[in-house]
Amino acid sequence: MTEPYLFEVNDLCRYFPAKKNGIVKAVDGVSFRIRQGETFSLVGESGCGKTTCGRTLLGVYPKTAGSILWKGRETCQLTRAELKQFKRENQMIFQDPYSCLDPRMTIGTIIQEGMRVHFDLPPRARDQRVAELLFKVGLTADFASRFPHELSGGQRQRVGIARALAMEPSFIVCDEPIAALDVSIQAQVVNLMIDLQRDLGLTYLFISHDLSMVRHISDRIGVMYLGTLVEVSDTDPLYDRPMHPYTQALFSAIPAVGRRQSGKRIRLEGEIPSPMDPPPGCRFSSRCPHAAAQCRQTSPSLRELEPGHLVACHRAEELNG
Amino acid sequence: MSELLKVENLSVSFLSYAGEVRAVRDVSFHVDARETLALVGESGCGKTVTSKSIMRLLGRTTGVIQPGSHIYYKGEDILAMDKKRLSQIRGSEISMIFQDSMTSLNPTMTVGAQITENIRTHARVSRADALRRAEELLRMVEIPNPHERLRNYPHQLSGGMRQRAMIAIALAMDPSLLIADEPTTALDVTIQAQLLDLLRGLKDRLGMSIILVTHDLGIVSDFADRVQVMYAGRIVERGTVEEIFQNPRHPYTWALLRSIPGMAPDRKSRLYSLHGTPPDLLLPLEHCPFAARCEYCMPICKKQPPAETVLSDTHGAACWLLHPNAPRVEIPRGIGGVNRD
Repeated sequence: MTEPYLFEVNDLCRYFPAKKNGIVKAVDGVSFRIRQGETFSLVGESGCGKTTCGRTLLGVYPKTAGSILWKGRETCQLTRAELKQFKRENQMIFQDPYSCLDPRMTIGTIIQEGMRVHFDLPPRARDQRVAELLFKVGLTADFASRFPHELSGGQRQRVGIARALAMEPSFIVCDEPIAALDVSIQAQVVNLMIDLQRDLGLTYLFISHDLSMVRHISDRIGVMYLGTLVEVSDTDPLYDRPMHPYTQALFSAIPAVGRRQSGKRIRLEGEIPSPMDPPPGCRFSSRCPHAAAQCRQTSPSLRELEPGHLVACHRAEELNG
Repeated sequence: MSELLKVENLSVSFLSYAGEVRAVRDVSFHVDARETLALVGESGCGKTVTSKSIMRLLGRTTGVIQPGSHIYYKGEDILAMDKKRLSQIRGSEISMIFQDSMTSLNPTMTVGAQITENIRTHARVSRADALRRAEELLRMVEIPNPHERLRNYPHQLSGGMRQRAMIAIALAMDPSLLIADEPTTALDVTIQAQLLDLLRGLKDRLGMSIILVTHDLGIVSDFADRVQVMYAGRIVERGTVEEIFQNPRHPYTWALLRSIPGMAPDRKSRLYSLHGTPPDLLLPLEHCPFAARCEYCMPICKKQPPAETVLSDTHGAACWLLHPNAPRVEIPRGIGGVNRD
């Protein structure tokens, strides 16, 4: 592959200390690459580490182990000036449009805040820029003088996007950006994100549990389970032929319109184990319908089964033969 | 089929500083025995207020059920019941489960105590018998180690388990009607699938009716018998699952169906989206509530609200497009007639 990678992540770990000297291994040995201009998605159920992964990538949380290369450079070795550039170029939009905007600041101030740090602009030019950004996300210039509580959820999410765009980023981590919105508003926001990506050449890391929306927006997808990546693939092969037993079960659980498929559903027994005390060997072995002795002893690593389709399962060939 | 519940001309208003918010506007429907009726719509469309009105759970001072509204349960008007009769019915004949199990369960009481509380309120049984019944219920909702779980507090259970415990409380007295308000919205898909399977099985076994309040059309198509689509406090379309998904007739139903990404032709193509936001419920709405966002809007739509056009015994939609003098509009491509294997 000669395509430039924007991010190369190798064996990334992020542990959190917990009560009684316990350790929560929220992200444990995750490796993936993000190409310039693509949408890479992380999917999985709550607590699988997808949000931690995105935050660690941007340095919101310091990493415990592993390496993150940004444009070929190790992020923890960046100089002060490079770090400032890193922080400007890599932005984030959040899930909850109600808590991610400061209720005491006007929309204009919220959008300008980062600009004051990163761009040396006179106030008039900043106001002008705010108006442009609001227009770009489908709002009008008079929103700048309003407060967050005056806006609906969809409008707030647009402000969150405008705030990220104000930094002229090349990469945005979108952490469940539509989870809190109604379906008709979700479609509006997703359309906006697709348009912006095309117009501005943005790269997205899209974090979501909404599998049908992920299918629509992603070029490549990583499926996470309990802090590890179990499968990475281009979008269409993943949905057409998921190879990891967890991915298969996850996709079969989506209640889809036009598919009364309770018979075909692969039903997983039990619940996700605690990340403080994950099962030995393969993390999924405690719920996997195909688990063998080997699965309970050694942890499988990602292997390329088909070009660009990586699966972490000991029995992947056997089960997908 | 026999009619279990009949709602007639239900209107509910909330009194706020800004004025009267008319959350539910003249809604009528019925629920048959052993069927699942889904109320679908976006936030603020009145689906939860409608379901809470059936249990009379709206605060006396905040949500006001307007005169002229009737809710008949087995022929008896719930809105006219006195306190004593109401508490006989609530939790035994009609039960409700909620979206957020953490705030719906009492954090200071064990799961066992919360189940036996419901049993002993409605029946004269000894504490020991009630506990035995509670254990049986936990086993029925497929909670592992039910005997130990009786002594657990809600915070010791996971989200999926808490939801199961809430179902156990609701089913303790074998209700004829279960109102499930977004029962799986806060849960992950694999846990959601487990719970929907469980509810489906219990419904068949216990022979109860379910009113399912949800915004997820995927769940509706998988789980419900009949559907009511609500918008701005009104029912804009009602029908069987087949009628709503195969032959939807209201533009708002079309919009809901078209905004599901699975229905879009290509990846990264623009999803169909409605412009604008739902109408302000403070306003009187003398015209069709959907007119401002509807791409088929005609002059009449902004003058007079449409009455429901009856399309079959079970199917009806409130839209001027169905008037004999209206221009013929085809169902948009990509929805309706969906293959269902």
